[in-house]
Amino acid sequence: MNVILIAVIVLGAVGLVSALILFAAKEKFAVWEDPRIKEVSEVLPQANCGGCGYPGCQGFASACVKAAETGSLSDLNCAPGGQAVMEQVAGILGLQASAAAPKVAVVRCNGTCDARPHGVEFDGVHSCRIQNMTGMGETQCQWGCLGEGDCEAACLFGAIKVNPATRIAEVDESKCTGCGACAKTCPRSIIELRPQGPKNRKVVVLCNNKDKGALATKECKNSCIGCGKCVKACKFEAIELGTNLAHIDPDKCRLCRKCEDECPRGAIHAFNFPPRKPKTQEEQA
Amino acid sequence: MKTFSIGGVHPEENKLSAQSPIRQASLPKQAVFSMFQHIGAPAKPVVKKGDVVKVGTLLGEAGGFVSAPIYSSVSGKVSKVDVALDASDTRRMAVYVDVDGDEWEESIDRSETLVTLAERPELDSKTIIDKIKQAGIVGMGGATFPCHVKLCPPPGQKAECVIINAVECEPYLTADHRLMLERPEQILVGVTLLMKAVGVDKGYIGIENNKPDAIALMTEKASKYPNIQVVPLKVQYPQGGEKQLIDAVIGRQVPAPPAIPINVGAVVQNVGTAYAVYEAVMKNKPLIDRVITVTGKSVKTPSNLLARLGTPFSQLIDECGGLPQDTGKVIGGGPMMGKALISLDIPMTKGSSGLLIMNDKEAKRAEADPCIRCAKCVGACPMGLEPYLLAQVSSQHQWEKAETEDIVSCIECGSCSFTCPSHRPLLDMIRLGKTTVMGIIRSRSQK
Repeated sequence: MNVILIAVIVLGAVGLVSALILFAAKEKFAVWEDPRIKEVSEVLPQANCGGCGYPGCQGFASACVKAAETGSLSDLNCAPGGQAVMEQVAGILGLQASAAAPKVAVVRCNGTCDARPHGVEFDGVHSCRIQNMTGMGETQCQWGCLGEGDCEAACLFGAIKVNPATRIAEVDESKCTGCGACAKTCPRSIIELRPQGPKNRKVVVLCNNKDKGALATKECKNSCIGCGKCVKACKFEAIELGTNLAHIDPDKCRLCRKCEDECPRGAIHAFNFPPRKPKTQEEQA
Repeated sequence: MKTFSIGGVHPEENKLSAQSPIRQASLPKQAVFSMFQHIGAPAKPVVKKGDVVKVGTLLGEAGGFVSAPIYSSVSGKVSKVDVALDASDTRRMAVYVDVDGDEWEESIDRSETLVTLAERPELDSKTIIDKIKQAGIVGMGGATFPCHVKLCPPPGQKAECVIINAVECEPYLTADHRLMLERPEQILVGVTLLMKAVGVDKGYIGIENNKPDAIALMTEKASKYPNIQVVPLKVQYPQGGEKQLIDAVIGRQVPAPPAIPINVGAVVQNVGTAYAVYEAVMKNKPLIDRVITVTGKSVKTPSNLLARLGTPFSQLIDECGGLPQDTGKVIGGGPMMGKALISLDIPMTKGSSGLLIMNDKEAKRAEADPCIRCAKCVGACPMGLEPYLLAQVSSQHQWEKAETEDIVSCIECGSCSFTCPSHRPLLDMIRLGKTTVMGIIRSRSQK
């Protein structure tokens, strides 16, 4: 009996002393964390998508609190959370949320299987990055969508999928948060983040082919050949011709769709417009 | 018999064209010269549409120190300077020449007489290296690293020996084997030139034991050169890897990158390179042609062709009996390290050592099964790496882990994929990791 009692007393004493030491250490070496980081973190979507450029939502929350010292949140944007979350964050930090236009991903390729036949078969690992490393890929176009679905695997929101019929990735705009994970993973940089646009409407050159016109024509029936007709048709100087490739500046575009009518290759697409003529109905995405 | 110490596999040899003598391929109608025929900066085109060129006329000048000039291998008219599909399966800058006749630059000595180093005592190290550099010679084994760069060791490093890679460990290929049987004396003069260029008095020629005729002939001819030793090697893939060959021949191990062979005192050159060096220095002939093996189980007459650079592969196949009905894949290079081609219009380049036509049965890759942790790949890896682990971390995009596991040491020989009983595409994944990690390292060093 005595032995048990001694054991309990000794162990109890050791425990008490250890607890005191630990308590003292905690008080002495405590790391102060701004309580606002936790508050901000709680309103974030916790998707940890990395679209903001920080390692997860916790990292973004710290960045927001740090930015609060400078008094501006202008460089920070949580794409999946959108404006609503950013306003909440600004509220916690006592700041004004900057109006960041919500963005969505656009796959700039319309080289469907009929337009861009798959001449050879790639039998390696089904990954766009790996196929891209081996060269051209299955089609004759070295710029277009490889269709192996690296973007699909990268998307945390199930918003982008490769259509087996066209073998091109397609974005579901209702799910896309504009985090940009797909754009980062695409080895050919086909995916562009564009402002959502009024009523989700936008006009985009769906091609990434930078080859000269004659070659681009051979490679794909729907390719942009850099002819410049759209540039002339545009009254708002919204279209620029890069290396044999037109690009529509979303900030200048007034959605008049003149360029779409003018394009001899059908490379310019208008998204989410109401049907205007029966013959263009199929082009509505 | 000597061989390298770690790993290695034994693929079936299939040297179908070993007994077929080197044949001159006919001239193409149009030759296409890619400006990317070597590792390093691309060559810059110096001709324009309409220019008349002869055999040996400069088409593209070297784009930097690690680069090589490109010469016309045909005479005719430049029809355009534009992008062309090349052996990398991408479109890159190239010069197109419409062939008309066969007129050579007068500076090229086309006689067959052998010129030895003793007859040209005025040649010193610098002159030899300059001539090699001007002739646009690159590593002819397939790696296409500019030859002159290896001959100019970085300050503080001293070469002790020249090792000639005549291993030809890739199955099917016989181009180097035939070259040794038919041009042994020229090759030996080439070796003496390389030895003089780097200032050493020891040369080794490593030949695998599956070429006894070449070993016998080279040993006999080399008896005239007391400094050159022919080293027979036990057959094992990838003995033709630079580091493996150094290990096999002189028993030294090259440390992990950024260390290079010169750090252990060795300069390794391919036997085809030695022959090209002979032609460049003694005959003033730039690199305009090479021996290429066109082979495959269904090919009518597997052959070794001496073909001009820029000749389309389709023409070479036609000279060997045409494309077989059951073709599944056409590979540029050998079966282990070669690359499947997406078109037969691709022109031959300085690194084209072989053209392998696989039938549809051979070409099909088997379905991958789960890893059974047998560690055969670990045993096969000649660099002492753990391929299963590298493949796994690469597929999970764990680049830091891949870097600490030394992924950049991988020589992409494919022994791991070859040996895997589950047919896992190990090399595909490792290559992804290696490319990405090398990109990360490069961007870090630029910062």
